Amino acid sequence: MLAVVAAAACGAAPKPEEVVRFWGLGREGEVVDELLDPFRAEHPELRVEVQQIPFTAAHEKLLTALIGGAAPDLAQVGNTWIPEFVVLGAVEPLDPWLERSSVIRREGYFGGVWETNLVDGRLYGVPWYVDTRIVFYRTDLLDAAGCLPFPRSWQDWLECMRRVVALPGGERFAILLPTDEWAQPVVLGLQQGATLLADDGSRGAFSSREFARAFDFYIQIFDEHLAPVLSTSQIGNVYQQFAEGRFAMYITGPWNLGEFRRRLPASTLEVWGTAPLPAPDENWPGVSLAGGASLVIFRSSERKSAAWQVVEYLSRPEVQLEFYRLSGDLPARVTPWSDPLLADDPQVAAFFTQLGHVRPMPRVAEWEQIATRLFERAEEAIQGAATNEQVLAGLDRDVDRFLAKRRWVRGRQGGP
Amino acid sequence: MRSLHRGEARAGWLLAAPALLVIAAFFLLPVAAGFALSVTDFDIYSIGDPDLVRIVGAANYRTLFSEPLFWKALKNTLYFVLLGVPATMGVALAAALGVTSGVTRLKPVFRTVYFAPVVTTLVAVAVVWRYLYHPRFGLINGFLGFLGVDPIAWLADPRWAMPAIVLLAVWKNFGYTMIIFVAGLQAIPEQLYEAARLDGASAWQRFRHITLPGLAPTTTFVAVITVIGYFQLFAEPYVMTSGGGPVNATLSVVLYMFKEGFRWWNIGYAAAVAFVLFWIVLAVTLLQTAARRRAER
Repeated sequence: MLAVVAAAACGAAPKPEEVVRFWGLGREGEVVDELLDPFRAEHPELRVEVQQIPFTAAHEKLLTALIGGAAPDLAQVGNTWIPEFVVLGAVEPLDPWLERSSVIRREGYFGGVWETNLVDGRLYGVPWYVDTRIVFYRTDLLDAAGCLPFPRSWQDWLECMRRVVALPGGERFAILLPTDEWAQPVVLGLQQGATLLADDGSRGAFSSREFARAFDFYIQIFDEHLAPVLSTSQIGNVYQQFAEGRFAMYITGPWNLGEFRRRLPASTLEVWGTAPLPAPDENWPGVSLAGGASLVIFRSSERKSAAWQVVEYLSRPEVQLEFYRLSGDLPARVTPWSDPLLADDPQVAAFFTQLGHVRPMPRVAEWEQIATRLFERAEEAIQGAATNEQVLAGLDRDVDRFLAKRRWVRGRQGGP
Repeated sequence: MRSLHRGEARAGWLLAAPALLVIAAFFLLPVAAGFALSVTDFDIYSIGDPDLVRIVGAANYRTLFSEPLFWKALKNTLYFVLLGVPATMGVALAAALGVTSGVTRLKPVFRTVYFAPVVTTLVAVAVVWRYLYHPRFGLINGFLGFLGVDPIAWLADPRWAMPAIVLLAVWKNFGYTMIIFVAGLQAIPEQLYEAARLDGASAWQRFRHITLPGLAPTTTFVAVITVIGYFQLFAEPYVMTSGGGPVNATLSVVLYMFKEGFRWWNIGYAAAVAFVLFWIVLAVTLLQTAARRRAER
């Protein structure tokens, strides 16, 4: 800010170039450079340098950079990482910037997704693209089983799974729930109204009646052999197995829209669809998780004003749409969804419906660790090594331990 | 020492001082700092605000011993050591014998070929081996299929993932051990073999009664070095099974430490893991040398 004002005041003819360092992750890091070209034309005084970081290494690299004092000005981060960065005091609170902005407004975004960027009521990131989980299914198999239109309640859904498994024609599972993913049990829990954590995120609440009901349902699917007991790596090629009809449903996210279109053989391309998640009761659709990536500005940055300009540019509806065209990432803003590109695509439409019903994960720095422990523990129940109650009680014990430091820090700060 | 003059002793210390200082700065100090860390709860909160550190005494160690994942990692590591060390040493010894007794002209060629994996970057090696292990298109399953064996999901099956890592580690490391064995073999006096041959000893008898006893000190050294190295298993599962999968079947103690430290940022706890591993390795090494001494007696 100051630099811009100073430069304007001096009125020096060739303005000194301001360099904004932007870390983009994975595929997004590749396309954002191209996406930023019009911005560069608008702002010759700014130079936006994009550095692409592989997604798998991003989290470690960002934290190492922060500790080493080498953080960029601006970065794309998974929205579940934000609480961690807040604990580190690494990211800039954006409320003051938001107040002055004419481009970014809270109402323009999917509510649940916006919320993922709030920690203790303050905004630390601007949603860039969204990610939630819905059902991808084989229309032919579900039709043959008499399941269409897609079930809207858990009861119908379970009944549908049983009928799919009973279909003639080889060994088949109804649904794929990889045992090393936490999203599925967590989503089912959210649908039952589980808070996952209690006491302002300082204790595990997995033994609660709400989560236990969801967990019983989740385990029942395995117990009835409706889902294979396999982790992601054990499945091998998901697309091939889906094409061969080895399973008929798969709860997964938007990145698989592109992958399915690219990787499925022509014979299967026409026979798959997507549907929002069924609900445990009549309040269809059931909620799903609010994932995705946000743009954050680092507190150490000396070019916050320029970085905010980049954030605003990337948040423009037309740029969000162009971003979808380049990357297949779903816009975090609502308006681009009325464009025919998105609105007329039936496989994408289910995501739009679902995005109106998403909830954020507990916003604590320990969440990833908790979620990892969740599927590790859940596997004991799937394998029948422990009862559901034992697993959930054990999980709560572990989680309480993970959160011990958080409780102490909160207590010290005089918080609840 | 007593026979040295004081001046000589001082000169000795002076000459050794630079090396000792370096050892103190780069080894003793970090070890001390590591131990200090292991009795604190240094974590992500402490990185954000240095006031948020507590001295917790043995709490990290208590948690560690009650954590099933640590025991799983320790079991995996022991499995790797018990399978990997004898395999590496066996292959290395066979290769060393082959290299020293084979056709003279080709000796350097074989030595280079066997040693090449040792100096190749593990990440590059891992990429190639991931292809070899591919369940459908991999060379290894192709070969097994030729023999009529059903394809194995090497890196995805919890039962096979660790053996697959062992195979890679053996291939990668035996060259180094082989070179040491070659040196050991060359130190055995040729006259012994000649005398044995005159007495009518068979090739196996010569190996059993001359080569093996002659190599005993080398074998002890190699065993100690390999055990220490293999207890620190990290890079192979880190790159091959994306950090310990499937279902933590290849999670090693060092990998567990790395995850706790750099994924969950429980630095104090991770330091405790490092120290426990240090004591285990020390104990095993002492046992090995004690066994050696008893055998010599």
